[in-house]
Amino acid sequence: MATDLGPDPDVAPPAGVHSIWRIRGYLRPHLLSVVTMLVTSLAVVGTSIAIPLVTKAVIDGPIADGELAPVLPLGLLALAFGLVEAVLIWLRRWVQSTAVLAMENTMRHDLYRHLQALPMSFHSRWPAGQLLSRAIQDLSSIRRFLGFGLIFLVVNVVQVITVCAVLLAMYWPLGLVVAATAVPIIWLCARFEKRYVVMSRRVQDKQGDLATLSEEGAIGIRVIKAFGRSEHVAAQYETGARELHELSMDKVRLSSRFWTFLEVIPNLAVCVVLLLGAIGVGQGALTPGELVAFLTLLLSLVWPVSALGVILAMAQEAMSAAARILEVLDTEPAIVGGTVTIPEPRGHLRFEHVDFAFPDAPDELVLRDIVLDLRPGETVALVGATGSGKTALTSLVPRLQDVTGGRVTLDGVDVRDLDLHHLRSLVATAFEEPTLFSMSARENLTLGRSPAVDPASDAEVEEALDVAQAGFVRDLPWGLDTRIGEQGMALSGGQRQRLALARAVLARPQVLVLDDTLSALDVHTEKLVEDALRSVLSATTGLVVAHRASTVLLADRVALLQDGTITHVGDHSELLATVPAYRELLSADAELREAVSA
Amino acid sequence: MTTTQERPLDKSWRGVGKNDADEIHTADRVTFTGGSRQLLDEILRPYKRAIWLLVGVVVVENVARLAIPYLVSVGIDSGIPPIRERDDLGPLLTVVALVLGATVVQALTRQLFLLRSGRIGQDLLYQLRRRVFRHFQRLSPAFHDDYTSGRVISRQTSDIDAIYEMLETGFDGLVTAFLTLVGTAVILMFLDVKLGLVALVSGPFLFWVTAWFRRSSAKAYRVSREKVALLIVHFVETMGGIRAVQAFRREPRDLEIFDELNDDNRKANLVAFRLVAWFMPGIKLIGNVTIAVTLVYGAYLAHDGEITVGVLAAFLLYLRRFFEPMMEISQFLNTFQSASAALDKLADVLREEPTVPEPTVPVPLGAGGGTLTFDHVRFGYLDDRDVLPGLDLTVPAGQTVALVGTTGAGKTTLAKLCTRFYDPTGGRILLDGVDLRDLTSDDLRSSVVMVTQENYLFTGSVADNIRFGRPGASQADVEAAARALGAHDLIMALPQGYDTQVANRGGRLSAGQRQLIAFARAFLADPAVLILDEATSSLDVPSERLVQRALRTVLAGRTAVIIAHRLSTVEIADRVLVMAHGEIVEDGTPDELVGSGQGHFSDLHQAWLESLA
Ligand SMILES: Nc1ncnc2c1ncn2[C@@H]1O[C@H](COP(=O)(O)OP(=O)(O)O)[C@@H](O)[C@H]1O
Ligand SMILES: Nc1ncnc2c1ncn2[C@@H]1O[C@H](COP(=O)(O)OP(=O)(O)O)[C@@H](O)[C@H]1O
Ligand SMILES: [Mg+2]
Repeated sequence: MATDLGPDPDVAPPAGVHSIWRIRGYLRPHLLSVVTMLVTSLAVVGTSIAIPLVTKAVIDGPIADGELAPVLPLGLLALAFGLVEAVLIWLRRWVQSTAVLAMENTMRHDLYRHLQALPMSFHSRWPAGQLLSRAIQDLSSIRRFLGFGLIFLVVNVVQVITVCAVLLAMYWPLGLVVAATAVPIIWLCARFEKRYVVMSRRVQDKQGDLATLSEEGAIGIRVIKAFGRSEHVAAQYETGARELHELSMDKVRLSSRFWTFLEVIPNLAVCVVLLLGAIGVGQGALTPGELVAFLTLLLSLVWPVSALGVILAMAQEAMSAAARILEVLDTEPAIVGGTVTIPEPRGHLRFEHVDFAFPDAPDELVLRDIVLDLRPGETVALVGATGSGKTALTSLVPRLQDVTGGRVTLDGVDVRDLDLHHLRSLVATAFEEPTLFSMSARENLTLGRSPAVDPASDAEVEEALDVAQAGFVRDLPWGLDTRIGEQGMALSGGQRQRLALARAVLARPQVLVLDDTLSALDVHTEKLVEDALRSVLSATTGLVVAHRASTVLLADRVALLQDGTITHVGDHSELLATVPAYRELLSADAELREAVSA
Repeated sequence: MTTTQERPLDKSWRGVGKNDADEIHTADRVTFTGGSRQLLDEILRPYKRAIWLLVGVVVVENVARLAIPYLVSVGIDSGIPPIRERDDLGPLLTVVALVLGATVVQALTRQLFLLRSGRIGQDLLYQLRRRVFRHFQRLSPAFHDDYTSGRVISRQTSDIDAIYEMLETGFDGLVTAFLTLVGTAVILMFLDVKLGLVALVSGPFLFWVTAWFRRSSAKAYRVSREKVALLIVHFVETMGGIRAVQAFRREPRDLEIFDELNDDNRKANLVAFRLVAWFMPGIKLIGNVTIAVTLVYGAYLAHDGEITVGVLAAFLLYLRRFFEPMMEISQFLNTFQSASAALDKLADVLREEPTVPEPTVPVPLGAGGGTLTFDHVRFGYLDDRDVLPGLDLTVPAGQTVALVGTTGAGKTTLAKLCTRFYDPTGGRILLDGVDLRDLTSDDLRSSVVMVTQENYLFTGSVADNIRFGRPGASQADVEAAARALGAHDLIMALPQGYDTQVANRGGRLSAGQRQLIAFARAFLADPAVLILDEATSSLDVPSERLVQRALRTVLAGRTAVIIAHRLSTVEIADRVLVMAHGEIVEDGTPDELVGSGQGHFSDLHQAWLESLA
């Protein structure tokens, strides 16, 4: 698959330690916190070793000697250690809460920001569910590991090593026995890691798929209801959920075996040490107090070793989660802006031998050798059959897609050399499917205007509403402050289209692109909109996709798009008279007129 | 909690909506509804036996686990003297063999427990997922209008995750920890009653701290669930509308909004995390103080010869073991609190009943051929505003009706009432003489199908999407439906023909192609009543004409309601209804209405004629 396409949502690249390593940058601002967390955690281990040592001191000292005086000070010492331990735990958790949440926040911010910059070709392939599962589930896996797992991985390893060292120092022959158990443990861990990372990746991907199915079930609910297909989609979802169940069970099976082994090994060591130690005591090689302390410490290893299993599982999950996120972050935005800005834009738009193919079907040219010149202030209507490439053509202007051959220029500058932000401020599009966000009507209307740099005045908003015949907005329950979009007031198709049109007009572009924007309007409203649009279009360059003769009449010239190339350019009546294909596309209305009036 | 460097929270972009009051209500609600407890009970019920069995396994495991330190102390106390005195390894070897046995038993039971509990957890999740998904599917469009897709998704992702987290970390830890706790407490009392009582004084303190944590964290987690839902809602919406975001340079503003939500979410989590930061060391401190006190007291007792050194050593060992699981229980309590906030949210949803319920005593649908009758139908979305004040209308079987009228007249509303997206607030809608409310949804859906303006396509191939109309349909049927609409050639021109993947929400296709496929999907469903709600608006004229032509044959013998703003669509209608403010103001054949020379339709016709000039 072509490299500029970026990763495929269905193909998982391998994950490993390097994926976690690569996101270490996010830890850097919190280095102090991480160090604090590490130090306090280690200190906690210290105190937890210290308390049994005090116990040993009490048993071997005062009790053996029958001397009670040192008991109280030693008891106070144990109390002090206990207090310190609690304070350290508090400190670690307090620091951790701030640091890891801030880190998660930053990562999510970066992910979102990056997703915003990725082009349409990326978004049309990646369902929102897959992206969402990365932004929520994977990030919390990573947060859990970096904030908790990583610390305890280090702590547990250090604890195990320290205890081993203490044991060696206490009585080296037995210490050696304990140290030897590291061999099977390390071997087990290595084996486990390899298999677990693959499994957790599968589970995460499946979770993403399931999120996508939830998304479709939610967004498509009205279609599902209209066809009574709830059972069908529920069955699909259940298949997915069952697969996830299976994959998760694989994980459960593997980890149950691994975790059990991790617990058995230290217990076996206890057996051996008890046997040899008791013999040692019997022969006077070590004191009973020493053996008690030795065994106490050894037993204190059971937990850190078996916890290693959980921590390692957490680590694998974080690794594959990081890999999944990096997959997105590594996708270079295929469309990045240049540096040129046009000081005095006039809106001279030219298509110079433009070829275009969608990135996911690179061999199939949707547009071929498009030559079209829109002089400043001129309006050109684009006429073509369904699927002939009209929308594709319009999307090349604001660089929602990039040409694959030739170039599009604005005032003589290749759009690819223009600053992207600048370019998109010069071009405004009213899409055929109007997208409204769950925000106030005003916010939706002023989408193309930055509130900080050039806010839209109320008069401008009113004017745009008039042009688009969107006065109904004023009658909404809270006027322009009414929330619309999915979470707000439901609007009809025609109402949405008019808002989208008003939005494009309000952006005060040099080039106004209308992609079949009037399709859902009734004839009466359409006529009013067209009359108002005429004055707007006289001042800007216009590219108007049209299916109806009435819309075509807005334009100075008409371009006929057939099979991805422009075959005729001319005046409406001229084309109507001379080009049969054009007549076929646009004159049906006339035919109908006879049918109706007959 | 606000610090100075924070931006003022400007939420004016969100605008005002009718559910704002509810939103605040749900976020700040702290009272425990009991919904989560009940739901938990319900989903656990089928596993009651399995869970008790597991508890048995865990008891055995813990007996084995706890036996090990005990056996060790026995080994020290009674294994060493025989070696010292008469070089007799026998007692020691017996003890070591017992330790070995305990290890093996522990390993076997542990593995069994992990496997079984893992399976139960996964089963539970599966059942819960399934149930929630189905429930959302069952709920009426009116619910979805208000609840919105982002929340539906967030319930099924982040809330389920919270429960998953509890099952993954908690299930394992809790039972073990709890039993260790009880087991160790018993052993402690058994080892020495006096020392044991001293140790158990910590109980009330533990209880008090835990109660405090439960109360405060319940609230914190509930807030955090709502915050993450808002984050998800925004995420899904902006990713879905990324084209508009990019084209209108909306990125900086959106990022700002996202950051705000992201930060709200962080703060909500921070509150919860900080509660844990107090709770955990609190528990630890209680444990440590108890150990120190016991140590001193025990030393006195040992000195007085009331207990042996072995007993004291064992006691202290067990005491540590007593407090260790406390940490685990606290950890579990924490994930449990988070999960129960999620369960609460899910329980709220599961408690919702469809506003258009299935009939308790369904009436079978006769073979009437699809007569639609509106009998004094009244309906409004908001209580105080009727969209349809009282509609009387009969569409005889087989008639094709065109419904026109200005935007907002209530045409779509009428269509949605026919498909029972909503129930009328007054009056009845009858299909072949049967009230829609008495029909099973299967009967209704197979008789009445609507093609909406939305024409949403699902991930999958073109054929899959057409087949959505009738899942069992053969490839030939699918192609026939497409052919009837003149969409066949268009589909064949796609790279993989019918197998072309339509990609995310049909993004691989042009808007017109999407409409044609949505149309084919409805044709394949072959309903008695077909409702088309501005379903051809994105088609070019020849395609539309093909569709019209197809409609003429397809609609023969079928009842059809065609909502259109283009008079070209009206051509095939037997009858035209003009709607204004929820009422039928004109009713007649197209010719009659045009011929009358006055009225809305005649005006429309006139305007349309002019538009053609
Ligand atoms: N993301 C995409 N990837 C591949 N092909 C696409 C994509 N979007 C549209 N197409 C194809 O490109 C052609 C032109 O589409 P479009 O420009 O939307 O047509 P229209 O002229 O109706 O606006 C269609 O055949 C469509 O199937
Ligand atoms: N889900 C909804 N909630 C509240 N009001 C709605 C909803 N859907 C539509 N409306 C309102 O009901 C009225 C009729 O809408 P609709 O039936 O869509 O009109 P039409 O299809 O004729 O354009 C409009 O005023 C519209 O704003
Ligand atoms: Mg198009």
